[in-house]
Formats: sequence, C-alpha cells, structure tokens
Amino acid sequence: MAKTHVITEVNGEEAEFLCEPGQTLLETLRDELNLTGTKEGCGTGDCGACSVMLDGRLVCSCLVLSPEVDGRKLETIEGVADGEKLHPIQQKFLEHAALQCGVCTPGFVVATKALLEKNPDPTEEETRYWLAGNLCRCTGYDKIIRAVLDAAAELRGEA
Amino acid sequence: MPLENEGEDWRMLDAQYISPRSVAEAVEALKGGGKDAMVLAGGTDLLVQARTGLRDPRLYVDLKRIPDLMALDISSKGLHLGASVPAAQIFENEDMKALYPGLTEAVDLIGSTQIQGRATVGGNLCNGSPAADTVPSLLVLEAICVIAGSEGERRVPASEFTTGPGETVLRPGEFLVRIEIPAPSKGAADAYLRFIPRTEMDIAVVGAAVSLTLDSSGCCEAASVALGAVAPTAILVEGAASALIGSTLDEAALERAGSAAYEAAQPIDDKRGTAEYRRRVASVLTQRSARMAAERARGRN
Ligand SMILES: Cc1cc2nc3c(=O)[nH]c(=O)nc-3n(C[C@H](O)[C@H](O)[C@H](O)COP(=O)(O)OP(=O)(O)OC[C@H]3O[C@@H](n4cnc5c(N)ncnc54)[C@H](O)[C@@H]3O)c2cc1C
Ligand code: FES
Ligand code: FES
Repeated sequence: MAKTHVITEVNGEEAEFLCEPGQTLLETLRDELNLTGTKEGCGTGDCGACSVMLDGRLVCSCLVLSPEVDGRKLETIEGVADGEKLHPIQQKFLEHAALQCGVCTPGFVVATKALLEKNPDPTEEETRYWLAGNLCRCTGYDKIIRAVLDAAAELRGEA
Repeated sequence: MPLENEGEDWRMLDAQYISPRSVAEAVEALKGGGKDAMVLAGGTDLLVQARTGLRDPRLYVDLKRIPDLMALDISSKGLHLGASVPAAQIFENEDMKALYPGLTEAVDLIGSTQIQGRATVGGNLCNGSPAADTVPSLLVLEAICVIAGSEGERRVPASEFTTGPGETVLRPGEFLVRIEIPAPSKGAADAYLRFIPRTEMDIAVVGAAVSLTLDSSGCCEAASVALGAVAPTAILVEGAASALIGSTLDEAALERAGSAAYEAAQPIDDKRGTAEYRRRVASVLTQRSARMAAERARGRN
C-alpha cells in the first residue's frame, strides 16, 4: 500500500514522515516521530490527553488524519519546556501536585498554554470551561485549576 | 465502545486520503471514489465513527483546503458560511455574535475547546444527528444549503435537508458547499438554549431555537421556533410561532408557545430523559429562548 509523504513543522523545526493515509496524527507523533509525550486516553475526542496545537488551534490529535498536517504547523508538549528548564505552567503543576499518574498532564499543559496565550487572566470559571475537554481520573481537578491560576499569575508577573 | 480492535484499526489505516483545492476537484474525487468515499470536515464525528467501526470510509475527501468552504462572509445580503469553517472561528467573529447571537451560541456549545478547533456547521448538519446543536438555529434563520455535485449546484432549505437520523437529502457524490442566511431585518434577533445534565460536553436532551422580529411598539411581527432532540430530525413548531406572532411576548403568549412545543415534541425515552420529561423541557426552553430573543430584539429597534 502506498504510504503518504508529509512535510510539516513540529515545534519550530521541519519534520518529514511517511504514513498510512488513514493513520491519526496521534499515532504518527508517537510511532513515527517518537514524540511520545502526547498521550492516548480514549481515541475518540473525549479526554484531551492527545491535545496538540495545529496552526495555532488546540485540537485532539486522535481526531486528525496525518496527511492533513502537510504544510501545517504543529506544537506538542515536547516544545513547551526550554531545554531542561520547565515552563512556568509545568513548574506550577509540580508545585501544586496537580498530577498523579501523569497520563492527562501533557494534554492539560498544552491546553493551559493555549488558554493563557489567549487570555492571560482567566477567571476560575473560564479556566474550568476551557479545560472541560481534558479529563483526569486521579486528581479531582482542583489542584490542576489552582496550578493553572497560579501559573497565569506568574506569567503576568504577579506571583 | 470498542477501544482497540485491531481489525477495525487496520481497516482505518488502509484508507486513502485526498485534499482537493476546488469544488470541481472535490466533485471529481467523490465521483472517482464511489460509494466508499466520504467527505471529511473536522472529523469530530466521522473519525470517531471510523475508529469505532460504525463507518468504513475507503477514501477521505478532505474539504478544508477549498477556499469556498473555508470562507465566512457577512455582507448587507446576509451570511455566507463555508461548510468547513471551524466552530472557534465562527464564535470568535464579532459580527456573528452581533447579527446571529443564537446560532453563534449554538456553535459555541459544540464539544470542548479541542473539538471547537475542528468541528464545523457543515459536519454538524450533514452528520444528521437529531440532537445536533446548530440545526434548530439554521431552521429558524431560514438557512439555505448550497450543494455541489456532478449535476451542478442546487439549493435546499435547511428545513428539508435532514430526512431522518443520520440521513440527509445529499445524493451520492454530493456535498455541502456553504450555508446562506439572510441578513436579520430591523428588530429581529435569535436565541438558542439546550438542556444537558452536565454543564459542558454532553448531547442535548432538548434544544430550542427561537427567532423573532419586534416592531417599534414591541409587538411580535414574525417568529419561528425549532426544537432539537425531540423527534427523528430537528423540527419547526409552527404552533409555537403563531402563538408569539401578534403578541407582546406576554406571559400568556409565552405559555401558549410552550404548550405548542410540548404538543409538537415526539421524543423517545432514553438514558438522558423520559419522553414526558423531554416534552416539559421543550416547553420551558421554548419560553426561555423566546424571552432571550425578545430581549435582544428590543435592543435592536
Ligand atoms: C467530544 C465530543 C463532543 C461533542 N459535542 C457535541 C455537542 O455538544 N453538540 C453537537 O451538536 N455535536 C457534538 N459533537 C459532535 C460533532 O463534534 C459535531 O457534530 C460537529 O459539528 C461535526 O462536524 P465535523 O466538521 O467534525 O464533521 P465530520 O466528522 O468531518 O463529518 C460529519 C459527517 O458529515 C459529513 N460531512 C461533513 N462535511 C460535509 C460537507 N460539507 N458535505 C457533505 N457531507 C459532509 C461527513 O462525511 C460525515 O458523515 C461532539 C463530538 C465529540 C467527539
Ligand atoms: S485520546 Fe484524543 S481525546 Fe482522548
Ligand atoms: S493524573 Fe492520572 S489521569 Fe490525571
């Protein structure tokens, strides 16, 4: 079967891969590009563990076909930290113990980054609505929300 | 839902993908692909269905690189909404919020932030779910669906587009290009409310859209009411509209409209609610939606 050749940009660098046309972006990120930070929770758009940015919009990579990203820009969890230095959102997740098993965390961090770039000073309600598509079976959400609001304050230079 | 089924996953991998750059190219691609070709918009219904084995497209025809389908134009003539414009782009548009607040709210209700980055109104309509959130609003706004196919273009009112659960007037090889909605007249406004057990991320138990026009004295000159999730397709409720027309949206008129919605609803019993419960919710939401639309219309006179 003919594989499709795709050229895209991932975290600011050009990436090239061959994929099956019906392969999801999530599978390609993990299996072809070895970017295993992006997780699979459900594969059906319900959990947000697979969240990535596609041309500046937050999407579920489990509901994107790989050939769709030809010529587009992708940002994944691997692009969030600056080398060894954690992004303030990641740092606040650690400080607030906003993760237990960690499977949901990459999705939450990517979704939070998208929120704070659009709205640097979200209310708790706005934050909870924005993150409603990210499920966590461990933390009970409250610590996540505290971490996000604290990260927002730090990024605004208030903390 | 089967999460991992190697057989099905393999079938999904073993499909073809094409992204035409024009309506004409898409028509050709669909013709060549035959009955196993499927149009892909945001994929938030289709890829879930492929993944869970409900559908088995052999060829995905991605419509998102066709400029006509990605255009959102508002002019004095009204709205031309390309079938593949993502939800987020629609509700971030200030003119959409100002001119079609009800439709914009309906679009904003679809799924999570992630889903809204991809989901389209075209997909919401073409998927044919009786509970699709944007469809009642399309009905009350008298939307026209512009369809392309090998026989050329045809236009179908949104009220005739969906013919049953998962079924539409689209013939093999045809697809939706755009939705056209007339400019709101002076004193007109719309609203949409849905009821779900959670506050986010759920399927409507009932949805109610109302569009109405008030004259300068506050009397209702024109009205349209539609319900979602209470019948095999979204339905227009003429009895509710006529209860509002000629009134000042007083309590008695609203109650008559609510009763008409109660009577028109033909819901089923399921885990989201019993039929009787849904009928009552239909009545309440119709009244609330009418009040919201009236409030907005008053601001426009
Ligand atoms: C987690 C989650 C939450 C959701 N929440 C909601 C909700 O709250 N309310 C709601 O109404 N829906 C909801 N949905 C369903 C779905 O997101 C919507 O119906 C969405 O609008 C579908 O649009 P799409 O562009 O993704 O369609 P796709 O999945 O791309 O397509 C859907 C169907 O329409 C066909 N199609 C698409 N575009 C065209 C076209 N232009 N011409 C002809 N056929 C076409 C496709 O072939 C397919 O059969 C949810 C889905 C998920 C996964
Ligand atoms: S894996 Fe994509 S939303 Fe759950
Ligand atoms: S930390 Fe385990 S799912 Fe969120």
